[in-house]
Amino acid sequence: MTRYTAVTDTDRSAMLEAIGVASVGELFAEIPDAVRRSAPLDLPEGLGEAEVYAELRALAARNTSVEDEVSFLGAGMYDHYVPAVIDMLMARSEFLTPYTPYQPEISQGGLQVMFEYQTAICELTGMDVSNASVYEGPSALAAAAYLAKLTNGRKRFVISRAVHPHARETLTTLCAGYEMSVTEVPLADGVTDLVAWSEAIEDDVSAVFFSQPNYLGAVEDPAPLIAAAREHGALSVCSADPLTLGILEAPGRLGVDVCVGEGQTLGNRLDFGGPSFGFFAARDEHVRRMPGRIAGETVDVDGRRGFVLTLQTREQHIRREKATSNICTAQALNALAGVVYLSWLGRHGLVELGELLVQRTAYARDTLAAIDGVAALHDQPAIREFALSLGVGDLEAVRRVIARCAAEHVNPGHPLAIDYPEYPDGLLVAITEQRSRAEIDLLADVLGRAVAAERSGAPAPRRGGEAR
Amino acid sequence: MAEASYPPELLYHPEHDWARIEGDVATFGITWHAQDALGDIVYFDAPAIGAQLSQNEPYTEVESVKAVSDVYAPLSGEVVEVNDRLAENPELVNEDPYGEGWMVKIRIADAGEAEGLLERDAYVAALDG
Amino acid sequence: MTRAETAMQRDRAVTIFEKGQAGRRAFSPPPLDVPERPLDELIPPRLRRSEPARLPEVSEPELVRHYVRVSRRNFDLDTGFYPLGSCTMKHNPRLHERVAGLSGHARLHPLQDPQRAQGALELMWNLERALAEIAGLPYVSLQPSAGSHGELAGVLLTRAYHEDRGAPRRTVLTPDTAHGTNPATVTMAGYDVVKVGTNAAGGVDLDDLRAKADEDTACLMLTNPNTLGLFDANIEEIVRIVHDVGATAYYDGANLNAVMGISRPGDMGFDIVHFNLHKSFTQPHGGGGPGAGPIAVSERIAPYLPRPVIVRHGGDRSNGSGREFDLDYERPKSIGRLRGFQGNYGCFVRAYAYIRSLGASGLRDASEVAVLNANYLLARLRQLGVCDLLPPAYDRICMHEFALTGAPMKSELGIRTLDLAKRLLDHGYHPPTVYFPLLVDEALLIEPTETETKETLDGFAEVIAEILREAREDPEVARNAPYTTPVRRLDEAGAAKKPVLRQPLG
Repeated sequence: MTRYTAVTDTDRSAMLEAIGVASVGELFAEIPDAVRRSAPLDLPEGLGEAEVYAELRALAARNTSVEDEVSFLGAGMYDHYVPAVIDMLMARSEFLTPYTPYQPEISQGGLQVMFEYQTAICELTGMDVSNASVYEGPSALAAAAYLAKLTNGRKRFVISRAVHPHARETLTTLCAGYEMSVTEVPLADGVTDLVAWSEAIEDDVSAVFFSQPNYLGAVEDPAPLIAAAREHGALSVCSADPLTLGILEAPGRLGVDVCVGEGQTLGNRLDFGGPSFGFFAARDEHVRRMPGRIAGETVDVDGRRGFVLTLQTREQHIRREKATSNICTAQALNALAGVVYLSWLGRHGLVELGELLVQRTAYARDTLAAIDGVAALHDQPAIREFALSLGVGDLEAVRRVIARCAAEHVNPGHPLAIDYPEYPDGLLVAITEQRSRAEIDLLADVLGRAVAAERSGAPAPRRGGEAR
Repeated sequence: MAEASYPPELLYHPEHDWARIEGDVATFGITWHAQDALGDIVYFDAPAIGAQLSQNEPYTEVESVKAVSDVYAPLSGEVVEVNDRLAENPELVNEDPYGEGWMVKIRIADAGEAEGLLERDAYVAALDG
Repeated sequence: MTRAETAMQRDRAVTIFEKGQAGRRAFSPPPLDVPERPLDELIPPRLRRSEPARLPEVSEPELVRHYVRVSRRNFDLDTGFYPLGSCTMKHNPRLHERVAGLSGHARLHPLQDPQRAQGALELMWNLERALAEIAGLPYVSLQPSAGSHGELAGVLLTRAYHEDRGAPRRTVLTPDTAHGTNPATVTMAGYDVVKVGTNAAGGVDLDDLRAKADEDTACLMLTNPNTLGLFDANIEEIVRIVHDVGATAYYDGANLNAVMGISRPGDMGFDIVHFNLHKSFTQPHGGGGPGAGPIAVSERIAPYLPRPVIVRHGGDRSNGSGREFDLDYERPKSIGRLRGFQGNYGCFVRAYAYIRSLGASGLRDASEVAVLNANYLLARLRQLGVCDLLPPAYDRICMHEFALTGAPMKSELGIRTLDLAKRLLDHGYHPPTVYFPLLVDEALLIEPTETETKETLDGFAEVIAEILREAREDPEVARNAPYTTPVRRLDEAGAAKKPVLRQPLG
């Protein structure tokens, strides 16, 4: 018996007698001897709760979190403030422990949250319909690709190189099965090269994908990107950062067919990359090809307002091999955090937060670009992230600069050359509302000295800073 | 919902579809049994006018809340009319499967194919079997 | 049967978008502490939002009260028994929430330099090794986000394996008892589904399998114990048939909770396994996620695993050399990424805590008790005469769950499995899975899990017997149930015919 099971010896005897077998072992008699183990697994024996806590805490202590340094890391996940109400609501048994609402009469809470979430996502993106969440941002983009494949059966995708590298790679991985070719369009001055984009799109293109803002933090001009797709009957898919949509035009209003994105910025913690959620919203005409759960409003037999999972004939448990997706379990709890966050932020808060990010980002970009040797990689408009060239030569030098900063408990950002060798000494810097002017000034000081040291050839520190 | 019925003037396909032949045009729908097995019909995906249907092949789908069913063509031919009312009122298939719940009309490509369809009694016998 | 409206029923659903007033707020923005520049200068007006998103305007107390009240319209696992077949609704230890919430885990950025994320990488490495041991297969990727994502990874791995050998194939075999995710996955991976029948004992029909396995077969996807809760005693022969035609054998780990430490998919001969961390390893289900679907694979599949892969370098961490654990992207044969970053790390923390809590013998105990509880519940239902009307679909010793058919109940009492399920709601139970597996008429799939007490199982069996007694007297009671839930039966057909998928806003 473990602390999570409750069968006493007395219970076991009574239970075995009721079943009519002599031992628990007999219950496994159907398993052939050759594949039934008698030896225990080669795993350590179990621990008490306090010991497990101590071990997990010790592992946590060997990570440098955003509480342990002043972090300007972004590149897809951001250190935005998560309000306390989210911790409290996500911990409630009623939200934390049930499963998919298969029995709507006792799942109105979860279903109503999905309905509210769908409303919030439609409002943010300007799209007609939203599902109740998919796994995360990159797989949401790949899911949009599958919708396009089901819609028009064409055999090629066009994707901007300014889309997050993880999303580009995920698309390539997941469309390999259904044998799509993928054309990547390069950047020009920090944004998607419109000339190359237009040339790449022909009548064989199923869908096109761009990101807003893009991976370099630059705001794209979506209208011509979308128009080029429409000219050839291709679907246009925008991967948007939802927290920028208080400032930037809603993709739906610009005419995209599908708007997807990473939901982490909406009230979800970093969690070393997950779980967060992906959102998936589309124009009405695509609703029957959408993946995943969708909640809808209806009434009960007495006329009370209620909510149910609807349009389920799209899904794997009914349509099986003809389903619009294989997704089953998605990210309901994280989507709950998303809609609570948007309600917490509110209609005006979304805009105010966006404006603050724009101002601080502009200040940071100007301040850092003034460092000797450092320059902005592009001068496109930016909301909360931008790219610099550090003027130190290559990726290894950038890594040394980062290590110097880390020794002073500052994490200046993510090296761009890992995914974009064309920017050998690029650095991606993210500014959230948690990074004050004082911290930006600290970064300028620390980064300035680290770049200067690198440029002067001073020896680098042997290793990064430990957690404080 | 209508009582079980299988009009004698129709021809039946074993996949629970019916055909009403009037000259060189045939009207198709699904049988009482088919709609009863599906339950409340919520969606009918109408084929395009001009689509070519082949006998014994599915030409569209009909959906209830928790099931999807292929709809088979009893005969080959070109779609000349679809029942537009089903888009707004798919429940007509439940309420009146042989009347207002009809699905498509086709121009018959090969009248000889009707030989392969079942008369009412044979279809009902197959259901009971 | 009429009843007075309950307080919860009188409290009609109102969404957050229908609450609040213009000007209310829960958020106070940080001060603008940098020199303000005209917004038009920074973001050109033509790129800016033309009309605001109509988000709610509520105060924090309103926000909290709204969502707490909404939450109370949910049934949950901490409140009552949740024997939802195929979903393994076992207790979620709260320790796991506490450790996952430690800032070193919860506030760790996924692009932190691996040198400064050694604790996270070590945890993932240890979890990989533990899962490998449980699966009996040497290599693991934690990346897939859920079971179906793991399935897709597995079938894409199969595709990469066959293509690398210069012999692409076209079909994947799935039993007719399979979860819907299996055939849906096959299509997404570009293969055609070939269905394999079920024999009289509820297992794979070997003759049908032999007839259908051929040089076009890329893979067999199998759940064992299967979705009927039965262990397929022919498993070695099944895998042999599949391997003989050069195909891979994929183990859907949805039902792993029956056999942890008792029988390993790798020992059965499977090449690829997925785990559902939200089932066997008690990641809370969250109302439909998050989950995680790690995969374990054999030697021959390993080169194709998604990247990055966690590696452990030789070297002693105490000597200050830094990277003992690292992320390896240089995997030339990898199928590539399936998602962003390293996977649902928060779920890994919880699963690892669970494995450390239980250890080798505890995991085995979990499976033994899961199977004991299922068989005991079935025996109790038999003793109470329930099985006269709801007999087991296959009358054998079951594993961690069992399938009943409500066909006799339907013909004798005039109530359907759905009605029984709805009546259970009035008694404070979450119903079992209904109408799955598809090949069982009026199916009821019951999975009690190991964390329930004998008293709970006794109580549940008695309530089922009581509902059947009641239905014999008056079937209308069950047909119109439930009566006490926040809403009663809902018009699902109406919802599907004229979908209302968002709150209309004025």
